[in-house]
Amino acid sequence: MNTQTITRSDDPVTRPEPTRGGRTFSPAVDIIERNDELTLLADMPGVRAEDIDIRYERGLLSIYGRVKPRYAEDVAFLLEEYGVADFSRSFQVGEGIDASKIGAEVRQGVLTLRLPKTEATRTRKIRVRPA
Amino acid sequence: MFVTHRFSFDPFRELRGALEHAFNDVARVTGLPALTRAESFPALNVWERDEKLFVEAELPGLTLDDIDLTVTGRELTLKGRRKAAGDEKIAFHRRERGTGEFSRFVTLPFDVEADAVEALLRDGVLTIVLPKAERSRTRKIEVKTSA
Repeated sequence: MNTQTITRSDDPVTRPEPTRGGRTFSPAVDIIERNDELTLLADMPGVRAEDIDIRYERGLLSIYGRVKPRYAEDVAFLLEEYGVADFSRSFQVGEGIDASKIGAEVRQGVLTLRLPKTEATRTRKIRVRPA
Repeated sequence: MFVTHRFSFDPFRELRGALEHAFNDVARVTGLPALTRAESFPALNVWERDEKLFVEAELPGLTLDDIDLTVTGRELTLKGRRKAAGDEKIAFHRRERGTGEFSRFVTLPFDVEADAVEALLRDGVLTIVLPKAERSRTRKIEVKTSA
């Protein structure tokens, strides 16, 4: 088994502070590991491709999605169960991601990030031949 | 599985809303995954404007084919299903995005023109527009002053 892990960078001291003011929401994610790549799916409703900023630097993966305000300023909610704000989340990804081949697409408010592993970190199946 | 929840416009709405907000804020600050929050799916925002009721839900990853909307009298039903990201054999490092079937029931505050209800799904945000029925509209009554 590959021992590569992804941990969420949650330490408020070391976490980089955003330059934009206001609160952001942490999107729900699925992270799937396959032999040759990691796939990250993030729920970011209201976000389009041009509104997404993805950075990968020294093992830190940061995703940021800008959400355009969609309510009139004087809106009076009869029911308000959720807020609308930008999405932001960072992950400490183990070494071994080929940054030049990271692929991203957004469809129906879901960001799909493909993080291909470098050759060295892929699991190799070693065939054992009988003597 | 998602939590199924019935909601109607009741006098305890504001109190419950405040409690849910407080809880959600705690969940957000502590970074608890979405499904541990005590809320039903999907969350709804409802407002009224220009004789229309707007019901909005965030349904990322769904298409209109995955959503079933019905209006019966004063009740709006929103049902749907979100598929899992992959089959069960996949190794998930994190699995926070909810899957499965969901349903929400909303008791509308007034009669609507059921035939004129429209739904729009864009970038994972569903907006349902329900025009107020003619008989429920506010009429401006002119008061004449006697000369």
